[in-house]
Parts: sequence; structure tokens; C-alpha cells
Amino acid sequence: MVKITVDGKVLEVDENNNLLEEVLSHGEDLPYFCWHPSMGSVGSCRQCAVIEYADDEDTRGRLNMACMTSPRDGARYSIEKAAQFRAQAIESIMINHPHDCPVCEEGGECHLQDMTVMSGHNYRRYDGKKKTHTNQYLGPFIGHEMNRCITCYRCVRYYKDYAGGTDFGPQASHDNTYFGRWQEGPLESEFSGNLAEVCPTGVFTDKPFSKHYVRKWDLQTAPSICASCSVGCNTNPGERYGTLRRVVNRFNDEVNGYFICDRGRFGTGYVNSDERIIVSMTRDSRDDNPVLASPEEARTSLHSMMGAIGIGSPRASLEANFALRELVGPDNFYAGVSSAELGMYKQILDIYRTKPVKVARIKDIEASDAVVILGEDVTNTAARLALAMRQSVKNEGRKMARDMKFPDWHDAAIRQLAMDCKSPLFILSPYATRLDDVAAQVHIASAEESAKIGYAIATAIDGNAPGVTGLSKESQALVKTIAEALKGAEQPLIVSGTGSMSPALINAAANIATALSDGEKKANLALVVPEANSLGLAMLMEESDRALEQAFACEETHAIVLENDLYRRAPSADVDAFINKMEGLAVLDSMKHKTGEAANLVLASGTFAETSGTFVNYETRAQHFYSVFKPVDSIQSSVKWLSDKPLAEVTADCAKEIEGCAAIVGLTPGADFTVAGMRVPRQQHRYSGRTAMRADVDVHEPKQEQDEDGIMSYSMEGVPATRDSTVFNTAWSGGWNSNQSVFKFQSHTGGPLKQAGHGICLIENIASEKTYNEFEKAESAKGDYQVFPLYHLFGSDELTAKTPAIQEKATSGYIALNEADVAKLGLQASDGVAVENNGSVPYIVRSSIQPGTVGVSVGLEGLNFRNLPGAVSLQKAEGWTSPGSWNAANIIISDKSVAAEGETA
Amino acid sequence: MFSLQVGSLLNVALILGTVLVSAALLIWVERRFLGFFNDRLGPNRVGPFGILQSVADVIKLITKEDWTPPFADKLTFVVAPIIIPIVMLLSFAMIPFAPDVGIIDMNIGLLFVMAMAGLASYSAMLGGLASNNKFSLLGGLRAAGQMISYEVFMGISILGVVILSDSFSLRGIVEAQADGWYVIPQFIGFIVFMVAALAESHRWPFDLPEGEAEIISGFNTEYSGMKFGLFFVGEYIGMLLMACLIPVLFFGGWHAPFGLGFGNPIVSGLFWMAVKVGAFVIFFILVRAALARPRYDQLMSYGWLVMLPLSLINLLITGAIVLSQGS
Amino acid sequence: MLKGLVHQVKIIWTQIVSLWLVFLHLFHKADTVEYPEVKPHTFPRWRGRIILTRDPDGEERCVACNLCAVACPVDCIALQKTEDEDGRWYPEFFRINFSRCIMCGFCEEACPTHAIQLTPDFEMAEYVRQDMVWEKEHMLIDGTGKYHDYNFYRVAGKAIGGKDKGEARNELPPTDRRSLLP
Repeated sequence: MVKITVDGKVLEVDENNNLLEEVLSHGEDLPYFCWHPSMGSVGSCRQCAVIEYADDEDTRGRLNMACMTSPRDGARYSIEKAAQFRAQAIESIMINHPHDCPVCEEGGECHLQDMTVMSGHNYRRYDGKKKTHTNQYLGPFIGHEMNRCITCYRCVRYYKDYAGGTDFGPQASHDNTYFGRWQEGPLESEFSGNLAEVCPTGVFTDKPFSKHYVRKWDLQTAPSICASCSVGCNTNPGERYGTLRRVVNRFNDEVNGYFICDRGRFGTGYVNSDERIIVSMTRDSRDDNPVLASPEEARTSLHSMMGAIGIGSPRASLEANFALRELVGPDNFYAGVSSAELGMYKQILDIYRTKPVKVARIKDIEASDAVVILGEDVTNTAARLALAMRQSVKNEGRKMARDMKFPDWHDAAIRQLAMDCKSPLFILSPYATRLDDVAAQVHIASAEESAKIGYAIATAIDGNAPGVTGLSKESQALVKTIAEALKGAEQPLIVSGTGSMSPALINAAANIATALSDGEKKANLALVVPEANSLGLAMLMEESDRALEQAFACEETHAIVLENDLYRRAPSADVDAFINKMEGLAVLDSMKHKTGEAANLVLASGTFAETSGTFVNYETRAQHFYSVFKPVDSIQSSVKWLSDKPLAEVTADCAKEIEGCAAIVGLTPGADFTVAGMRVPRQQHRYSGRTAMRADVDVHEPKQEQDEDGIMSYSMEGVPATRDSTVFNTAWSGGWNSNQSVFKFQSHTGGPLKQAGHGICLIENIASEKTYNEFEKAESAKGDYQVFPLYHLFGSDELTAKTPAIQEKATSGYIALNEADVAKLGLQASDGVAVENNGSVPYIVRSSIQPGTVGVSVGLEGLNFRNLPGAVSLQKAEGWTSPGSWNAANIIISDKSVAAEGETA
Repeated sequence: MFSLQVGSLLNVALILGTVLVSAALLIWVERRFLGFFNDRLGPNRVGPFGILQSVADVIKLITKEDWTPPFADKLTFVVAPIIIPIVMLLSFAMIPFAPDVGIIDMNIGLLFVMAMAGLASYSAMLGGLASNNKFSLLGGLRAAGQMISYEVFMGISILGVVILSDSFSLRGIVEAQADGWYVIPQFIGFIVFMVAALAESHRWPFDLPEGEAEIISGFNTEYSGMKFGLFFVGEYIGMLLMACLIPVLFFGGWHAPFGLGFGNPIVSGLFWMAVKVGAFVIFFILVRAALARPRYDQLMSYGWLVMLPLSLINLLITGAIVLSQGS
Repeated sequence: MLKGLVHQVKIIWTQIVSLWLVFLHLFHKADTVEYPEVKPHTFPRWRGRIILTRDPDGEERCVACNLCAVACPVDCIALQKTEDEDGRWYPEFFRINFSRCIMCGFCEEACPTHAIQLTPDFEMAEYVRQDMVWEKEHMLIDGTGKYHDYNFYRVAGKAIGGKDKGEARNELPPTDRRSLLP
């Protein structure tokens, strides 16, 4: 810490950060464009100019960019004295900026607007001709309006340098500079949505949001948690006129930081979908037509199902699952996943509890300097982690810079210095993944072989670890390389997960991490699970192994299925048999699906946007999400359908009853939380149209919606976030209307939030004793082709797949084969492949796949992965036509050697 | 019985009818004149020249919700507004409108009128108390204080007239003015009486019991519908009464000025009486349009420190002169 | 004592003067305008009934920017943006609850396209309150209102049907992104 003087004020600042960051941390307003807390400084926009004085006698000083300046002990700076320079700079920046604010999606939350006002440039003197640019079609997610560009280069620095995108960059020169793709087409990166937040003005905008656009101040928002995967990114969804309009990132230092993936950002349109269940329906027998049931009738029918079993869900909140467990009794509660999956979840919980490892937060992943990924396609199963791993490989460059006494924030310099030097990242996977471009080495291997290699690595690090036999020479060399890289690393990281559906692989990852631990120093371990609350469900199942197989075999004749489409979880035949056996089947869900169609009683329950609850993410971090808006009366939260108690009481009961969950009551400030008698408002103080939005129905205004869960109110009245941000909703601060204002709520710029919580990890890892798992050879399936799952960020998730924008990026179910196998099967480009007992599907050719193995898409329409045994036989399909939703162009892979027919059907 | 003589049924019916109709009409007259004084037109929409405005008002008042606040003293709340029109109407029994036109010629007529005026203050006071509302209470208190104070020198101011005419009978007083109006010898008495009359009927600028700027609507804050209407009508009858009393006491009643009497003395008397009453009504309206309301303490100090000494001096001088002439 | 007396006389005198002056008003002409027989003259900038106007090309001026709604102190304007196939923004619905409107004119001041304008029409009473809620089809007129020449899209950079990039006022033709020349 050093002391500096800024405009007469003495500030104590950290000399390792740049001056801009520190000045902002101390509450001063200094404009900036190109600097970003997670991308560092390049000093290109000339907006954060300050005057630096050489000594006490110096009266002239010299102009410096604050973002490129390390604070000097005892130095004197002035923000005010450089005001004229900044005003001139922004005037130049604004010369070609179009007169677009009224028709710009960024208007009202535009960093450029804020900075222009802050710099005092309020009149355009330039009346010459403006430069213009044509726009590009960049896919269903991102809109492009190049005229508005101020060439701050943030987009390129984010898309290329940070997120590793290869299809986007700067073009032309001088003031013709253009940012776009080399030719029109969808952006390939899975993190393209962040461009809308990174761009300080309206060049890149959220396209689905633009279709039903409203201004930021008109959105009713609440702190929420992304329900699309197990990372649990913090989001801030916004609603207007009863429909969910958009999702933006909500800063959480411990989890997602400033960025989320495109599935989370664009995958919530299903909330407004026609496929929503909006009323409860009932019928006596499965052959009758369902009739409308009032909420009271539906509730009565549900609660009169005596002796029913309950089937929980990894995508329902902890509270909803618990409420079902309470309703049917713990002995009748079954996890809504297969026993193999439940076993893996519990295995992961067990590893977190008993192994001497550190459960890796995203922050830890970014700080890791050697990474091994064991059989998990992280980009498609937990995308945000993949983005973090991309950052981890840059640590080598930072290390080099530190040796040369470069500060960490010096982005361009570090990139120049590091060039292609990367921290090691090893990937063991049955096919080429999207992280291969930053990997030191990629090893294509089946899950079993990867597991073996994993065990061998553990043994190579710690001789006490159980070994394996039968490794090839090539594999042994790899084991040696990886083991050495890990041993040499300060913060090694092992990533695996349930994606390969191989418990051995997870054990292998645990073994490596355990082997690396040395007293206080623990290796990072991240084990990915499939869904938002997979581990939460596993915690409820601590004492029982009741999974779907057990439910299907039970003797009861009534069942309540909570937010779960069983056909996606188990082989169709098993589910059919189970449903036929049931006399009464109640399904609570928000979306129509096949299980719901077979039910006697369907209850309309709310999505994440309409309910509150708790999700437990891959690191057992419990996080509370608040309902964003109140749906129509006929839709209720699952907790409300299942329990008579208010949510806070259900949470409290769950905390009391379930081992390890005691902390979840601390996730919210309590139902009676107020500040000076005020609740936390969901609407902004500028919220408009209150007396007209419902006037077409009735000119008499209804009472403001009440939130019985407390804490927040459906109103613009309440405590402003600038006064109290215990519940951190939308970031806004005077003069800072854009999302950049988040630094006003951080303890220091880029650091953790001042007041708001960041979730609580339910499992505190305190184990220190090194124990290893023995390698258990799994029974390998007999068949022509060994099957492995292929995940898709866009499409594999049940709910997000029902969002129009995601559907544009998704495709139908398919298989992937090696060229040799294609030739063996005699497939032509236009052919489909008949999968044993599962109809015919399209195929693509991937050169990375080993002969004799086949990748099968998971969760995509037209092919149920769970129907397939471990190995299948394939045949050329006769007279086959590709399904309408088949779109091979949406399968973004690096090893696609032959474009399959029907690419753009 | 139907002949034209004091106390005949015809007389009673005519006077009662005229007074009630005039009081109602007065509301319209006042609003129109106020309009003119303010360079406006006033109500001119209902009927010719808006003359039916009062009818419309009454219909509105009657059809309004007749609400009694749950916290009020019910009986008193209902009785209070009835008092004022009754006592005011009773006072009219004493007024001699013309020779042979009047209801009673009582030898203590003036005292009776004073007594009735005193009773009228109960209406405002009880109304204010019964409403059980702090603004009403304040209004009631103001009404009581103001009326008691101004009644004192109102009585004293007319004693000069009584001394000169040697009579308490109003008809006697009028007849005594046949050869000279008392306004000349009793000018001070007239001024004091006039001010007291304004205060007594709590008309502007002495409408402190209702002072809406401070106490909403004073004693009648809680009143609505026809109960409020009774207060309202009562006040206008009171104003008419005062406008009748002043000519009777100081301006020669029905006697024509400067020998301008004509034909039948009753017709001529009624005509001149009407002219004089009309003039004072318009004067009252002018006062309302022109003068600002004093503070309550100003009102009280004027009453006790200016009006009372003035009326006492007037009484003293009158008495002395009459005594000296009589001896 | 004497001074006090003079003061009192003065006070009384001023009261008498007031009475006299007010009395004289009896003979003045009334200022009242007898609406509805006599219509008052309203000036073009009178703040009465709100309308939506069209640009000189006959297209809807409103671009659904929401600024009127946020400027409205009684929050009586609600609208939803949508766009045509060529990217032109316009309101899907535009609703004003005139039973809440206070005719302050902030919406007109906030409007960047001169779309929303207040007119001299003040006769807006209705017997049914629901009839005070006006939708776009009730408010959209066929003319330009008070401002005849302004066409927002002619000065904005956004391309719409009939006006491509570089065709707005004071714009250069689109740059060639393949060229490295300045």
C-alpha cells in the first residue's frame, strides 16, 4: 500500500493495481472505455487521463493515462486538471457516432452515454460527414450496428484474447476500423453474449432481447441463479408486461465474475413459451380428456394422493425437492435420476468431504497454472468453467511478466511477452473439444482409458496411490509429462465430472488431486455435475439409494413427479411400463413434456423466474434465487403446491432436517428483512408506465403485487441499492447507468461485493488424510460400436432447448463417427444411420474419434441417449430423409473433416 | 283572519313564504353579486339568469349521502343544525315590514330578537362539539366566543335607539322614526350594530368559526347533505334578519325617505322596506367581497377594546342628551 | 395615544377605500368567457390532448424509445417496442391513460423524434373512465403536427427500409472493411 494525493485528497492505494482502478475504488468518477477489470489495460481510449506531478514544486505536471499508471508512493495526481483533455478526447471519439440513442438497445444503460455526460461533452461541434459501416449478421444471439463503434477494442480483447474466439477481429484501418467476422455468419464462441455487456455502447446488442425490447429502467429484476447447468452463475433476469425479457450477468466474485455463457444468457426464452403449462389440468383416467382444475381443486387432488411416491428432480430447487420429500415421506422419495447418476453425485459429495482437496471455485480455476481435464467436455457441460480454464493458461505469461516486474494489469504487454507460452492444460477425452486450441496436449481416449491414465498419474505423483496396468507406451509418456507438469505447478487443477458417466474417471480425478496434496497445500478439484441442483438432490438422498430404477420397481400405485420428464432420464420402455402401472400420476412442471401428457393431474408450477429457492452448484455452493415476477394466479411455485408452509419455513425445515444443509438459512437476510422499514425493490426508481400498463384491461389500478416470501417487493418503492445492497439486484449508481456501475458496489474495483453474499459452500473441505480409491475395471459393453455421449451447450439441456434463440443454434439428435467407420458402413453424404432399435438419425464425421466408437448426442430431439446400451450396432438407413431440425452447421467443432449432407437443410 | 292586519294568518303565511324564498334566492343573489364584484358572471346557467341555482343546490344537497360520523354525539349532531333556522325564523315574527304587515307586535320585541340571536350561537357551538373532531371543536369554540362577545355591545349599541324611541317594540321604534331616522343621532350606534350584526351572523369578514384556511370548515366540517344545508340556510336567514333589523332600527323602517311615499301606505311601506333591506343585503355582499378576515385575537380585541367603549360612550351621550332635553 | 388613534383611523379608512373600490367593480365588464358558447382561443403550444404524429414521408414518427414514458411524472404512458422487417423501430402498442395525465408536456419535451405532441384540444371529458385510456390507433394522426420537416431516421445512423447505411443526412458511404487505406 502506498499513499498518493489526488486533487488534494490523500488516498491509500495498492501499488499493484493501476491508478484508474484505485481511483475508482475510492469513489472518484473517472471516465474510461477500454479498461475492464477482468481484461486489464491497454490505454487506447485516452479517456482516463490524469495529470501526474513530478514533485511538490511541479505545477504543470504531465498527462498520463490512469489505467497505464502504477501509483507512485507520495505522488500527486489531478483528475480535474485533465478535464479539458478528456472532453477533447471524447469529442473526437463522438465525431462519427450516429444520432441513434432513441433506437439503440444500449440507450439508458450505455457506458458511452455516461462517459460523454461525465466528460462534459454535450454539444456536437462537428458538422461534417460521418463515417458509416455496414452491419453483419452475427447469428441469433448478437445484433451488430457498426456505426456506433468508438474503436475501444474491448470486443476483440474480450472475444479473441479472453474467450479465445477465432472468427472475429478488427479489420480495415484508421477511422475505418471495423469489428466483425471475416464473413457474415453466427459467432462461434459460446460466450459471445458477453459482447453485449463488454461493448461500452450499442455495437453488439442482445438480439432476442431487442425483439421485445424495453429499457433497463423498465425491467423488473431480481437476483437470480442460472438454472441451465451446475455452475450456478449469478444472473439478473428482467421482466416487463408479464414476460421475461432478458438475462444479464450479475457479478459474483466467487462464481461467475463478469461473464456468463450464452446458454445462460439466451436460454431463458422458454419462460414465455407456448409450451408452458399455465393451468392445472386433471382427469380420472388416462383415456379421458383433461379438464381444467382450479388451483384449489388441483391442490386438493394433489394432497389427497395418499401413499404416493415422490420423484424428485435435479433441476427443481432444494426446497421443492424437500417439500415433496416431506409430503410423501423420506421412505417414498426417489431421486429423479438413474441410480448410476445418483451414485456419481454421491461419489462426488463423498470426495469433497473426505479427500484432501480444494473444491475449485472459478476464481481458483483462473488462478491455476496446470490443468488436467479428464473426460469432461466442459465447454458443453459447464461452459463458464471452460472460459475460466482459458484464463488459467495465461498464468505462464503473467509469471513471466512478474519476473520482469510487469504489473498484472498490463494486458497488451503481457500478451506480447508471453506470445505462445501457456501454462499446461491437458485434455483426455474421447473426441476433440473446444478447449483443444489452448491445450498443451490432447489425448483421445475412452473414459475407461482416461481413468486408467488418471490413476497412473496419481501413482506417478505419489507412489502410495494404487497403480494400474496395461498402459500403452504412448500413454505412459503422457502420464509422465502430466505428472511432472502438475508437480511443478503452484496451483494444479484437476477437472472431471459426470459427463462421461464413468465413476472410475471421477475417482481417478480424486486420486490425482489427493496425490498432489501436501499438508496445507491442496490441489484444486472441480467435478462437474449435469444440472443446477444435482448435488442438492444428492444431499437429500444421503441416507437412501432410491433412484428411478427403484421407483419403477416399487409397489405403490400413485406417484408425484416433480419438475421432471422421466423420458429424458431413463429408457423409454421402462418409463412406459411405470406409467402404465400407475393409477394416479401427478406431474408438477412448468413445461409440457411427455411425462406430463401421461399424467392424471398436471400442476402448473413456476420456472426459476417466477419462484424463489436454493440451488446447490458443482462445488456444493448453495445460492438463493429470488422470483423475478409473479405469474398468473393459476401458476404457483412447486413449494407452494407441495407445502402449506411459507418458503422461509420450508428452507428452515430443510436446513434442520438435512445433514449439511444447515447453512442455507443464511443465504437470505430473512423474510422480515427491511432497511429503515423498506424492502428491497424489484423495480428501478425510474420504472415507467405503472398507471397505464394494465389500463387496457381496467382503468382502475390493482393493488401492488405482494411477495409473501418477504425481503423483496414487486414495487419501485424500497431501499435503493446505493444505500444498502445486502440483496444485490440491478447495478445502478448516480451517473453510472450501465453495468459498469458494479464497481460502486464492490469492496474494491473488481473485488468482491461489499454487502451481498456470494453463496455458501455446504461442504467445508477439512480432510487431510490421503486416501485413495482402487481402480475398478468396469464391465465393457459388448457390441460393434462403443457409445460415448456428446453434449451440446445449445440443445442438451431440457428447458433452454425450448427457447427459440437456442433452437436456432441447436440441431436434432445425431451420431458422430470416424471416417474409417463411415467407409465401413458404406455411408454416403446424404445417408442417415439406423441405430439399433432407435430409428434413424443423421451423422457427422469427426476425425478425432477413434474407430469403433460412436458419439451420440445427448438430449437432442429425435434420439434418447438413455435408450442406448453401452455399445450399439449401426446400419446404413434406407430411404432416409433428414429431420427438419437437423442443422450440422450448428455443430461447432474443430475436427469436422467432412461436412455432412443437409448441412443447411 | 285573512285580512291584512298584524298577526293574521295571511300575514304569517306571506312573511314566512317570502323569508324562506328570499333566503334561498339570497344564495344565488350573493353568488352573482360576488361574481360582479370580482369581474365575473357568477352562476348564470340554471334557469333564467341562473335564478334556479338554489333549487339545483338543494336537490344536490338532499340527494347527497346524509352521513353521521360514527364518532359523533348522534343526537346533538342532528339537533344542532335545526336550531339556527328555527330561531332565525322566530325572530322574523317581530319584524314590522309595513303598517299592518307583521306577525306579532310585542312590546319587548327587540329583547326577543336579541334572545333568539343568542340562542343561534348554540347551533354552531353544539355542532362543533358534537362532531367530535378537533377542527369542529375549534370552530365551535370560536363561534361561541365571538357571538357572546359581540352580543354584548350589539345590545348596548341599540339601547340608544330604545332611549330615543322610548320603546322595546320594533313597531314602536319604526313609528317613532316618522319624522327623523335614528341613523343621524345614533350614527355610532349604527356602525357598532352593523359590525356586531356581521359578527353575530358570522358572515365575512367575521367567518372565523368556519375559517377554512386554518380549520378546514370549522364547526360544520363533519356535516354533509341537508344537515349542512340547514346551517347554510340558517346563516342566510340570519343575514336577511340583520338586513331587516338595520332599517327598522336606524333607517325608519317602512317610512319613505324625503317624502317619497306613494299611494297605499302599505304598498309604499313594503316597497321602501324592500329597497332598504335589499341595499343592506348588497352591502353585506360587498363587505364579503372586499374585506379580509381578521385574526381571532384581532376580532376579540376590536370587540372589547374598541366596540364596547364606543357603544358605552354612545349610550352615555345619548342618555345625557335625552335626560337634559327631558328635564 | 394619538398616534394609535390615527393608526386605527387609517386602518378603518383603508377598509372603506377597499369597499369603495370593490363596489366600483360592479360596473366593470366581466372577464368571464362563456364557454361553450364562446370558444376560448388556444395557442399552438397549448398543452391539451396528446397525439402521435407522422413524419413528412407519412411514416409513424414514434420509435418506441420509451423516453416519454420515463419522463412522465404520473407514469401514464406505456408502450412496447417492435420493429418491421427492415429494422425500423415503432411501438407495438402505445397507451396513455388520460385519467392520470396531468398535461405537463414532459413527454413532448423528452421526445427525440417530435412524435408525441400536445395539441390545443382540451375537451377530453368522458362519461366512462375506461374511455380515457387511449391506444395508438386513437392517437396517431395523419399529419406532422407542429413540426413539419423533421424526420428522425434521416439523421439517425440506423438503416431502415428505403434508407441504407450512408444515405442519411451528412453521412459518407459505408467504408470498405477489406481496404487498409485510411
